[in-house]
Amino acid sequence: MKSIWLIARREFASVFRSPQGYIIAALYLGLVGLDYNLRVLGGGEKFSADILKGFFQELSGFTMFVSVFISMGLIAKERENGTIPLLLTSPVKDYQIVTGKFLGAFLFLALLTLATVYMPMLVLVNGKVAWGHVFAGYLGTILLGASVLGIGTFGSSLTKSQIVAVFITLGIGVPMVLFWMLGRTVDRPLNEIFSYLALHNLHFSAFRDGQIHLRDIVFYFSVVVFFLFSATRTLESRRWR
Amino acid sequence: MIIAKDLIKNYGELRAIDGVNFEIAEGECIGLLGLNGAGKSTLLRILSCLLMPTSGKVTVGSQDVTHSPEFVRARIGYLPEDPPLYGEMKVGKLLDFVARLRGVPATDVGGRVQHAVERCQLTEVIDQQIETLSYGYRKRVGIAQAIVHDPPLLILDEPIAGLDPAQIVEMREMIRSMRGEHTLVLSSHILGEISQTCDRILVMHQGKIIGAGTEEELSLSLAKDQRLQVRLRASADQVKQVLDGRAAVTEWKIAAQDEGVITVKINTSEDVRAELSRAFVQADLDLLALGRVHDRLETAFLKLTGDSTEAAS
Repeated sequence: MKSIWLIARREFASVFRSPQGYIIAALYLGLVGLDYNLRVLGGGEKFSADILKGFFQELSGFTMFVSVFISMGLIAKERENGTIPLLLTSPVKDYQIVTGKFLGAFLFLALLTLATVYMPMLVLVNGKVAWGHVFAGYLGTILLGASVLGIGTFGSSLTKSQIVAVFITLGIGVPMVLFWMLGRTVDRPLNEIFSYLALHNLHFSAFRDGQIHLRDIVFYFSVVVFFLFSATRTLESRRWR
Repeated sequence: MIIAKDLIKNYGELRAIDGVNFEIAEGECIGLLGLNGAGKSTLLRILSCLLMPTSGKVTVGSQDVTHSPEFVRARIGYLPEDPPLYGEMKVGKLLDFVARLRGVPATDVGGRVQHAVERCQLTEVIDQQIETLSYGYRKRVGIAQAIVHDPPLLILDEPIAGLDPAQIVEMREMIRSMRGEHTLVLSSHILGEISQTCDRILVMHQGKIIGAGTEEELSLSLAKDQRLQVRLRASADQVKQVLDGRAAVTEWKIAAQDEGVITVKINTSEDVRAELSRAFVQADLDLLALGRVHDRLETAFLKLTGDSTEAAS
């Protein structure tokens, strides 16, 4: 656990030592703010709950997108820069390296996401805010983002090019988001399987509406574990090539 | 300290390490010598658990690198040809991170970092960002990260590659100063560097170890004929009378003649130094010097790699 935390802390701190982290943060916060003003708050009077639903729906899209770019360099950049031997020759297990890197990226993502909390609070100017709804919305958004980070960590472990890592992550993530559409076009039991595997639709909608279901938490947690396990196996297999 | 048995490493169809066997004792300083692509870096990566062998066995400190990689990794310091450093970090912070990652107790981290910084003469750049350092300094930081946890085994892949002459001298001194504290395994394709720094040399070519020993041992083991050089106060005819007809003398020639002193180079099929000394003295010649001529390491290396290539083809 100590090694995981050490690696996570270094990863988190490295974001603030490079312009890349600030650019990602500025674009994310700028676009979320602009979108909130134009799309969520625009279009006449709305109930507070509807504003929150709209906000989390939009926020989830931006968060998935930014997660792809936060995760692209996690392992690929280490290989590109030749720094990976520093970790791979240290007395730590490969899963500790992968988990530490993921955790560092997750902390940055959580910080970014929570930096938007002033937006739902603006609803207080003209209405009331259900704090449970806000909590559920952020929990869902962060879990969704973590899932994409997990996919991104796996994508990043497959290549030493960050650009290629982005395409691999999108290649896995986009179909997983669109599984809900596939679920509508096929018969049982495939429709249920695809609907369940859809990254966003079924599992995020409850969080967006202010509800927390254990099954959705388990789903996102499983996605993270599955892809971190795959990234670990990829890292291990490289030692044998 | 290190035992390798029948070690093989394949990269797909390519055999990078081909049935290598060697032993390295604790405290030794071993040089891996070979041309580019000989398999030196692959072998060092296997020793540092960065790569796993395709077959065969390597033990470091009695533990198998395949079965107990964490145990082995805790006992090695590894510097690849390009130092693996996070450019955005400061020197001191990086060493602190590496020390903790490699299991140095929190109470000892400060002391270990300080020791590595002093050892590698990094005091003046300890608060400097690594990406702003010269290549020479980055190599030093690379050494510092390899020794910060005080590993018994230090593995340095081409430690002087890319350095200017002044930096090479500094690096050589730094490596020499570490002998005795660590078992050292370093690679280079520069013959002089290896012979000046190491106790013993393993010569690699096409994934195999084709020679092992000290520089002198390697030179001697290569000599099909023994070469002697003799200085005498004599004439060419007197030398001819002594040498001609001796079965062990395969070839001889006068290399120099100056004011009655003659220098003769003799090739022999066996060690006949004692016999020749007696013969020259019995012939009433003044024997001024008689000794064996060693091939220089360069010659030995070229012979080894040349012979090996011929054998392969």
